[in-house]
Amino acid sequence: MKLITHNMLTSKCLKGVLTGYPLAINATDVKVNEVDFNPDFIARIIPKLDWEVLWRAADSLGHSEGLPQVVESNYEANQEFLKTAHKVLLEVEVEEGYLTCPESGRQFPITKGIPNMLLTEAEVQ
Amino acid sequence: MSKRPEHQAPPELFYNEDEARKYTQNSRIIDIQAQMTERCIELLVLPDDTPSLLLDIGCGSGLSGSVLEEYGHMWIGLDISSAMLDVALERETEGDLVLADMGEGVPFKAGSFDGAVSVSALQWLFNADKKSHQPVKRLYKFFSTLYASLSRSARAVFQFYPENESQLDLLTTQAMKAGFYGGVVVDYPNSAKAKKFFLVLMTGGAAPLPQALGTEESDNSLQIKYARREASKGARGKPLKNTRAWLIEKKEKRRKQGKETKPDTKYTGRKRSGRF
Repeated sequence: MKLITHNMLTSKCLKGVLTGYPLAINATDVKVNEVDFNPDFIARIIPKLDWEVLWRAADSLGHSEGLPQVVESNYEANQEFLKTAHKVLLEVEVEEGYLTCPESGRQFPITKGIPNMLLTEAEVQ
Repeated sequence: MSKRPEHQAPPELFYNEDEARKYTQNSRIIDIQAQMTERCIELLVLPDDTPSLLLDIGCGSGLSGSVLEEYGHMWIGLDISSAMLDVALERETEGDLVLADMGEGVPFKAGSFDGAVSVSALQWLFNADKKSHQPVKRLYKFFSTLYASLSRSARAVFQFYPENESQLDLLTTQAMKAGFYGGVVVDYPNSAKAKKFFLVLMTGGAAPLPQALGTEESDNSLQIKYARREASKGARGKPLKNTRAWLIEKKEKRRKQGKETKPDTKYTGRKRSGRF
């Protein structure tokens, strides 16, 4: 699971959960895979992200190095910043571990890099 | 027994290792999936040359995702079958994968995606594979959560195989109820094999429904491929009944069978005059 996915993922499908965001990450295996750098995409995606959540997630995985806590105003032109954001968003991958719903405490296992968001019959709204 | 996969087993069981294997080895399946994904992207009408974040619903082994990558988009895929997702991992697709059931809702926060595509997955929602499954409720849940996870002016395009008219009705009603507007585009409506259904849903901004392929002349490579097949199909058929050509063919057939047949003359197939 890439951190871009984590930034979008919620557990709001659970019964009784309103926002279910952000999910806490507990990682036992984290990998860094190289991905082609696309500055246009990163610049376009940044306004959509919850930056605070991204920074905390990156920090909990130990990959927040060089990542500013707040997005500066003219980030589109800052290549250095876009590269760091690219690395954190697309290259850092949680391979094994679990996600925890902030409201219900329900855990979603991550195996082989795929978070399992399947619910049981009783958990569906 | 019906040949439709959704009648045979629930998706998480039907798409087992064997079935998933087909999606990497069968070049025909790969070709068709790629073609349909290309058409989906065309119907999404994304702004030119801007890389977008797309949601692939029922991404399976990531065949459709590979096409999205070719167009320069980043994608996140949802699927209920872990065997299919394993194949996607093997194929080393660039997109990110999530194991989830679309009928339980799309688990993403509001305004995440610039668009959504889905190739041959939506028909699974009509099934009630568990006692607790209610197709109408699941459809509504799916569409309403999908609506929330799309950014405004984004579109969602689904290629799917409806069984009958009432399924189409149910689908559009539930989508409208969730806030979408749009409808079904049928490509090549007159062809049995090339006919494809696309549900095109829009979230905002009035725009007309796109034109279906194969309903009027347009210069498209995909279309030409199918058009040629249609033409040859017509040539093989019988001539129109009760015409001279039909009569002559019939007589020829009798002659071949060795039956007594009057020769063809200028009078063959003519109407009798009123005097007779």
